[in-house]
Amino acid sequence: MNIRRRDIFIALAALLLLWQILAAVLHQPILPSPVQVAGAFAREIVRGDLPEHFLASLWRVVASMALSIALAAPAGLILGQSPALNRFFSPVIYLTYPIPKVVLVPVVLLFLGVGDFAKIFIIFLILFFQILVLVRDQAAGLRPELIQSVRSLGAGRRALFTFVYLPASLPAILTGVRQSIGTAVAVLYVAELFATQHGLGYYIYYSGSTLLDYPAMYAGIVAMSFLGAMLYVATDWLEKALCPWK
Amino acid sequence: MIVLNQVNFAYPHKDLLFEGFDWQVERGQSWAVLGPSGCGKTTLLYLLAGLLFPSAGQVIVDGQVLARPRPQTGLILQDFGLLPWSNVIDNVRLGLRIRRFYGPDGKHSPAQMDEWNARDEAARAWVKRLGLSGLENQYPGQLSGGQRQRVAIARTLALQPDLLLMDEPFSSLDAPTRMSLRDLTLSLRAEQQFTFVVITHAIEEAAHLGQYILMLGRPPHRKPQIIPNPCFGRPNFADTDDYRALTRLLGEQLQTLTAGETAL
Repeated sequence: MNIRRRDIFIALAALLLLWQILAAVLHQPILPSPVQVAGAFAREIVRGDLPEHFLASLWRVVASMALSIALAAPAGLILGQSPALNRFFSPVIYLTYPIPKVVLVPVVLLFLGVGDFAKIFIIFLILFFQILVLVRDQAAGLRPELIQSVRSLGAGRRALFTFVYLPASLPAILTGVRQSIGTAVAVLYVAELFATQHGLGYYIYYSGSTLLDYPAMYAGIVAMSFLGAMLYVATDWLEKALCPWK
Repeated sequence: MIVLNQVNFAYPHKDLLFEGFDWQVERGQSWAVLGPSGCGKTTLLYLLAGLLFPSAGQVIVDGQVLARPRPQTGLILQDFGLLPWSNVIDNVRLGLRIRRFYGPDGKHSPAQMDEWNARDEAARAWVKRLGLSGLENQYPGQLSGGQRQRVAIARTLALQPDLLLMDEPFSSLDAPTRMSLRDLTLSLRAEQQFTFVVITHAIEEAAHLGQYILMLGRPPHRKPQIIPNPCFGRPNFADTDDYRALTRLLGEQLQTLTAGETAL
C-alpha cells in the first residue's frame, strides 16, 4: 500500500511538472500554469462559489449511486437466482446495456424537466445497468455446492438471501460502482451543461466560455477530477472495509 | 434411521439412476457408498439430504418422509461449502445463526433447540475441538484444504446432527491430512453417536469408514449390493489380513460392477 501511495504521488508530481512545462512553452492564457490554477482554486474556495458547485455535483452523483444500488442490486439478485426471469429479461438487458446513455441526456431532460432529478436519473441509468449485470452474474455464478451446503444447514430462501446472496453481491456492487465512476462523472458534466446554474459542469463551462476566467475554469476541472478520484478512493476504502476476505 | 422405499430418480431428460431402489440404514450405523465417478453416489446423498426428491417411492429419515432438508441432518460436501466472505468462527456459527434467524420452527431448525447449542460458545467449543484455535479470524482462502474441511466439520457438528452425510470429503487432500481427518471423523462418530453415510470412490476410505459398504456400479440401481465390514473400528485395522482381504474384495466388486456385470 505504501509503495502504491508513493507511486501515485510520483505520477501526480510528473503530471504537474509536464503541465508546468507545457504552460511555460505555450505561454497562452488558455493554458495557465498549475501554480496559477492552484491560486485560483484557493481563491474560489475561500471567496468564490466553487464549494457550492462541488457539493451540488457531489449530491447528484452520490444520490444516483444510492438509487442505482438500491434498485439494481435486488433486481440483479432476483435475476441471478431465477433462471426463468433471467431468460426473460436477458435480451432486454443485452440490447440496452451497450447504449451510450449520454446520448439520452436531451431525451431525459425533455421528459423529466430541467431539475436535479433528470441529472440524477441519467447517471442512475449508467450505474444501474452496470451494477445489475455484475450482481446478476455474481449471483448466478455462485457454486451450487455452496448453496446446497447452506441449504443443508437449514437455510430457506430468506436465509440464503441474507447469508449468501447479499454478501456475495457486495464485491459486484462495488466493482460496478468503481467501473462506472469515470463515465458517471463525465455524464454529470454533460448533464450540468443544460439548464442549471449549479454544479461543476456549469461552473467549468461558465468560467471558461462566458467569464473567460481560465484559471477558474481549470480550478473547476481540478475539482471535478478530485470528485472522481474521491469517489474512486471511497469505493476502494468501502471494499476494504466491507470485503476483507478479498 | 433411513429407509429408501422403491425409489425412482432421474435427472430431467436423462435415464433413470435409481429404479425401485430399496435400502435401509439403522440408527448409529456407519456406511460407505463406493462407486466410480458418475454412478449416482452424490445423487443418493442429495436424496438423503432432502436436496433432491425421488420421482417415485419415498426417502424416509427418522420416520418422516423427506420433503425438504432435515434440521438434524448434517451434510459436508467435497469442496467444503464454506462462505468465502466469512472467517472461520463465522463459518462455524453459520448454522447456529440460521437457526436463530428462523427460531425453533421445526422446519428450518429443530422444534426443540438445545439452549446451549444455540449459543456462540458451541461454535467456539467446536473450533477448539477441531484444532482450529488461533485461526478464528482467518478466511477460507487463507486456510489449507485440511483446515477448510475441519471448519466444515465443526460447522456441521455444532448443530448436533443425528445423521451426518459426507460427499467425497477427503478426496482433494494430501495423504497424511486425509488419514488424520479420516481418524478424526471416526472418533467424532464414536463420540457423538450419529448415523453416518460417506460417499467415496476410494476403496481404502470405504474400508476404513464403512461398517457396511454399499456398492454402486452402472446405473440404473435396482438392488442394493452390500458388503459388511465386521472388522470396522478395530484398532490397527489397516495392518490386518482382514483389511487386505476386504480391500481386495471391494476392488474386484468395483471392477465387476463398473464392467456392468452383477456379481453379488
